[in-house]
Amino acid sequence: MEKKLGVYICSDCGIGDSLDIEGLQNATRKYQPAVCKTHPFLCSQEGVQLIKDDIQNEGINTIVIAACSQRVNQDVFDFDPLTYVTERVNLREHVVWVQPPGDENTQLMAVDYLRMGITRAMKALPPEPKKAELEKTILVVGGGVAGLSAALETAKAGYKAVIVEKAGELGGWAKKMHRTLPSRPPYAELEPPDIEGKIRAVEENPDIRVYTNASIEAIDGEPGMFDVTVSSSGSSETFRVGAVVFTIGWKPYDATKLEDQGYGRYKNVITNVELEEMANNGGLKRPSDGGAVQSAVFIQCAGQRDENHLPYCSSVCCLTSLKQAKYVRDSNPDAGAFIIYKDMRTPGLYENFYRSAQDDEGIFLTKGEVLGMEENPDGTINVKVDNKLLGAVTTIKADLVVLATGMVTNMVPEEREPNNLTDEFIGDIVEKQTQDGIVKELEPQSIVLNLKYRQGPELPHLRYGFPDSHFICFPYETRRTGIYAAGAARHPMDMASAELDGAGAALKAIQCVELTSQGKSVHPRAGDQTFPEFRLESCTQCRRCTVECPFGTLDEDEKGTPREHPYRCRRCGVCMGACPQRIVNFKNYSVDMISSMLKEIDVPEDEDFPLIVGFICENDAYPALDMAGINRIQYPPNFRFISLRCLGGTNLVWIADVLSKGADGVILIGCKFGDDYQCHFIKGSQMANERLGKVQETLSRLMLEADRVEQVQLAINEYDRLPEILDEFIEKVKEIGPNPYKGF
Amino acid sequence: MGQDKGILVVGGGISGLTTAVEAAETGYTTVTIVEKNPYLGGRVAQHYRYFPKLCPPYCGLEINFRRIKQNPAIRYYTMAEVEDVSGSAGDFRVRVRQSPRYVNEKCTACNACVEACPVERPNDFNFGMDTTKAIYLPHEMAFPMRYVIDDRHCKGLECSKCVDACKFGAIDLQMKPSTVELNVGSIVYATGWNPYDAARMDNLGFGRIKNVITNMMMERLSAPNGPTKGKIQRPSDGKEVKRIAFVQCAGSRDENHLPYCSAICCMASLKQATYLREKVPDSKATIFYIDLRAPGKYEDFLRRVDADENIVMIKGKVAKIEEDQATGDVVVTAEDVAGGKKIQEGFDMVVLAVGMEPQTRTREFPGGLRYEENGFIDVEQPAGVFGAGVAKKPLDVTSSVQDATASAIKCIQTVAGGK
Repeated sequence: MEKKLGVYICSDCGIGDSLDIEGLQNATRKYQPAVCKTHPFLCSQEGVQLIKDDIQNEGINTIVIAACSQRVNQDVFDFDPLTYVTERVNLREHVVWVQPPGDENTQLMAVDYLRMGITRAMKALPPEPKKAELEKTILVVGGGVAGLSAALETAKAGYKAVIVEKAGELGGWAKKMHRTLPSRPPYAELEPPDIEGKIRAVEENPDIRVYTNASIEAIDGEPGMFDVTVSSSGSSETFRVGAVVFTIGWKPYDATKLEDQGYGRYKNVITNVELEEMANNGGLKRPSDGGAVQSAVFIQCAGQRDENHLPYCSSVCCLTSLKQAKYVRDSNPDAGAFIIYKDMRTPGLYENFYRSAQDDEGIFLTKGEVLGMEENPDGTINVKVDNKLLGAVTTIKADLVVLATGMVTNMVPEEREPNNLTDEFIGDIVEKQTQDGIVKELEPQSIVLNLKYRQGPELPHLRYGFPDSHFICFPYETRRTGIYAAGAARHPMDMASAELDGAGAALKAIQCVELTSQGKSVHPRAGDQTFPEFRLESCTQCRRCTVECPFGTLDEDEKGTPREHPYRCRRCGVCMGACPQRIVNFKNYSVDMISSMLKEIDVPEDEDFPLIVGFICENDAYPALDMAGINRIQYPPNFRFISLRCLGGTNLVWIADVLSKGADGVILIGCKFGDDYQCHFIKGSQMANERLGKVQETLSRLMLEADRVEQVQLAINEYDRLPEILDEFIEKVKEIGPNPYKGF
Repeated sequence: MGQDKGILVVGGGISGLTTAVEAAETGYTTVTIVEKNPYLGGRVAQHYRYFPKLCPPYCGLEINFRRIKQNPAIRYYTMAEVEDVSGSAGDFRVRVRQSPRYVNEKCTACNACVEACPVERPNDFNFGMDTTKAIYLPHEMAFPMRYVIDDRHCKGLECSKCVDACKFGAIDLQMKPSTVELNVGSIVYATGWNPYDAARMDNLGFGRIKNVITNMMMERLSAPNGPTKGKIQRPSDGKEVKRIAFVQCAGSRDENHLPYCSAICCMASLKQATYLREKVPDSKATIFYIDLRAPGKYEDFLRRVDADENIVMIKGKVAKIEEDQATGDVVVTAEDVAGGKKIQEGFDMVVLAVGMEPQTRTREFPGGLRYEENGFIDVEQPAGVFGAGVAKKPLDVTSSVQDATASAIKCIQTVAGGK
C-alpha cells in the first residue's frame, strides 16, 4: 500500500494558545505529508469534512489527527479501519493541559509526540481480517444444573450443543437433592427439584447431543475449530466444536479428614450430602440403629473457613442446613434441630428463608463453637457447645449430627488438597535433565479437558483450584480463549445461581464463535481485527513466546518453533515483547514501529534536562494520564509516553534503543500485578517486570546504571499520584547523572 | 420472531452496560441503552474500589466503554427515561423522554464554560459533600465526555455567560425535552438501586449528626476525585478521621425497613476499613455486625482484614448513636454479644452500612412489570421482558455481571430467534 499522509492539527481547547502551531506544521515537513492542515475545531462537522474531502480528493489513506485523546471522539474521527490508518496524537490531555502554555519545553514535547505519531501511522497498515466458516457447535463439559442450562439456552438461541457427562446420567447433584431452596416470595417454602424436567428437555432437543459415562480424551485446536475426542462406553469419537462451556461442578470436601468433628468415629455423625441422600431414600433415621431422629445438630463451616481444610466459605451451607432443619421438622413435628454457626450467611432475599426458620419454634440457631462430642451407649451424641449468644457452655444431646461440609471445585482431583495446590496448574514438581543440568519443573496433570496446549492440559487456576479470571468485572473469562467457566466449578454457588451462570457462559461461547468467524478478537480487545505475524525463519526456538503468552495461544513443534493458533490470540502483544529476535509483529503494532518512533524523539543536549521515555499501558495508565489532563494536574515536561496494548508488550530492545540514543531514563507504567492483579491480559505487567529483571545485562553491556529503568504499578484512578511518581523518578535520574551517550 | 428490532436496556449501570455489550457483540442485534443520569456507569462509577481486589471500577468500565465506542450496534440515550411501553415480545413500542442537557454534541469538554459560570450547585455525584458549577462534567471518566447544565440552578438566558465562553456553540440554553419512539423486540430492566434513606432510622442519627455518613458517601470521601480528593475527613470540621465505626445492617434485615439482607454491605465495610487503614496509618476501625457475610472466596478478604489488629469486629447491634456537641465526636451505644455487655464508645466518624433499595420499590416503570413483595422485579415477567442485576435482587458486582450476561442470551433468543 502506498502511504499517503494527511496531518491535521487542531488548534483549540487551548492547543493553539499554548503551542506554536506553525512550528508543529514545520516539524511535519520531513515526512512530506500530502496535506498538513490546521483547524480551530477539528471535531466539528466542518473539521471532519475537511479530512473526508482530502481522503476523497487527495487519496489520503494515512490520517494523523493531532488534537485530543484517542479516548474521545472515536465516533467523530471514524474512518474505515480496514482501509485507512488513523493515528491520534494527544496534544490536549497529554501536553497542553498538563504543561505551561507558551513554554519551550511544552513545544518540544508536542513536536516529539507529533513526530512519533506520524511515524507510528507511517509504519502501520490496515489489518487483514481472517474470516472463515467455522464450527459453531458449543461443547458443554458437565451435565449438572449449570451444564444443562448452558445446553438448553444454547439450543434456544439456535445453536447446537454437545454435553459430555462423566456420570451415567445427567443432572449432577441436583438429582440427589430432596428439596431445593425457595425461588419466589415469600421464600419460606421448599420446592421439589425440577431437574427431571430439564433432563427431559435436553434429551428431547434435537439440537443437543449427550454423551454419558464419557470423558474427554483430548481437545486440540482453537475457537471455531476445537477438535474434541470423547470416549464413552469403550469407544471414542472425534468431532469439531466452536467453543466450550466448562461446567464440571463440585465435589464435597472429604469428610474423613474431619475425624475431630466425629466423622468416621461416631456412626450418627454424617455430612449434609449424606443427609440429603437419606431424605431422598426413605427419610431421616439414625444410621446406628435406624431409629427416629428426635434431635439433630447441624455444625456449620465443618472443615471450612479453616486454613487446615477449606479456607474459603462455600456460600450455600448455611442455606442447606436451614433447609435440612426443615426436613427434620417436617419428618417429625416433635423433633428439634439445632444449628451452630459462626456467621449465618443468607444473603439477599434468602434472608426471608432464614427468618422463616427463626419463626419455627423447633429450630434453634446460635452462634457458637463446638468444644467436643461424646457418644452415649445408645448411639446418641452429646455435643458440647460454647454458645456465644448466651455466653454459656451447653450440651445438646443429638440423635444425628450433621456436618455442613463444603464444596470443592472438580478442577481439583480427589487426591489433592485444595489449600495446597501448585501454582497456576495442578501437578507435581519433577526434576528434569536439561542442557543446563537438572531443573525442577511443574508437570501439570490431566484432569478433565486434556487440552493439547503447550502450557498445560487444563485451565490455569487461582487459589483453591478455581479457574483464573477477572472474576469481578468479567467473570466468565478464563485464560483459555473460547472456554468459559460456569457454575460451582468456578465459584461456590447455589443451584439457582449455577443455572443462571450456565446461561451466561453460553452467551459468551456463542459470542466467541461469532466474533471469531468474523476474524475479530474476543475480550478484552473485542473487535480487533489484527493478528500477530511470525517471521519464523528468524526464530531461534528460545520458547519465550510460547511460555509467556497468558492465554496459551502458541504451541511448539519438536524443535521448539512456535505453532500459531490465531483464534486463540487476544492480541495483547505479550509475545511481541517477549521475542528477542523481534519476529512477532502486527500490521499496525510492531517492534520496528516503536523503535522507529523512539528515533524521532529529539533528545536535548542540555544535561540539566533529563529526558525520560515512558512505556505505558493503554488500558489504565493512558486513561490515568488523560484524567490528570482533565484535572489540569501539571507534571514535568521531561517525559515522552508511548502507549502499548499491554505493558507485557514491552520489548527490551526498546530500552536499549532509548538509552543508546542518550535519553536518561525509562519508566514503565502498568497495572498492578500479583494476587490481586489488575492487568486485563492477566500477566502482562508481571511479564514486563520479569523482563526488566533481565535488562541489567543489556544495561551493563552499555555500561549504564540499572536504576535508569523502573516499573511503576498504577491503577487507572490513581492519576493523583502521577506528579509524585514522575518527580521522584526525575530526581533519581538526576542523581545518577546524565546519560553518557547523550549527544552521540 | 422475524426481523431483528433490537433490544432496549433500561439503565446504564454495570448490569445494563453488560447486557448491552454482551448481547451486541454476538452480532445479532442492535441495542439501545436508556439512562437517567447524564453519564453511563451507574453506581459503580461512584465507587472508589471494588472488593475483594481493591481495584478501581473505572478499570473495567474503561473496557466496557471502549466496547461501546467501537460497536455501532450500540446506541445510548442519557438523561432519558422510559415513559411508555406498549406492544408485545418481538414488537414493543417504547416512548422515551430525554431531558434537555443544554449542551450539544459540539462540546469538546474544554472546561471554558465552567470557568465562566457564576452559579454553584450541590454535587449529587458526591452526595452533596461539595459543589460544582451549574454547568459541569459529572466526573472525569464520564461517558459520554460531555458537560451538562443543572437547570434547577442555572440562571438561564439572563446570565448566558457559559454561552459566551463557549467557542464551539455547544451550549443551547433553550434546549427542550425531546421524545424518542423506539420499536424493539425485547426489553431488559437493569434499573439498579438507591441507597436506603438512612434518615428513616431515627436512632442512627443520620441527617442530624454531621459525622454520621453512609457507606456510599464513604466511597466518595475516599476516591481521588471525591469532595476531599481522597482524604478521609469528617464533614463537621474537616478533621482527619482516626477512629471510625461501621454500623452494619443499617436498615437491612429489619422488618421496619428492608427485611432482606443487601448482600454487599459486610464486604463493603471490610473494604472501607482498609481505605482508612491505608490512608491513615494510626487509625482504628470498629465494625458492629450481626453476621459477617463474606461468602465464597471473599472469606480470604475477611481473613486479611481480620488480621489487622487495628480493625476490630464486634458482634452486636447498635442501639443508638449520639453526638458529643463539644467535640463533634459520635458516641455509639451497642451490645457486645461476645462480651455479654453493653458498650459505649466515641468515634470521629460513623459509617452506616446502608442497604440497597431497588429503584422499582419507590417508582413504577411502564411495561407491565411484575414486582415481588420488596419491590424487586419478579422472576416471572411478560414474554420478551427481563430484569438484570440488582433490579432483581441484592447482588454484588460480579453477580450482577453474571445475571446481566444471562439476560443477554434471553434477549438474543427473543429478538433473533437464533440463527
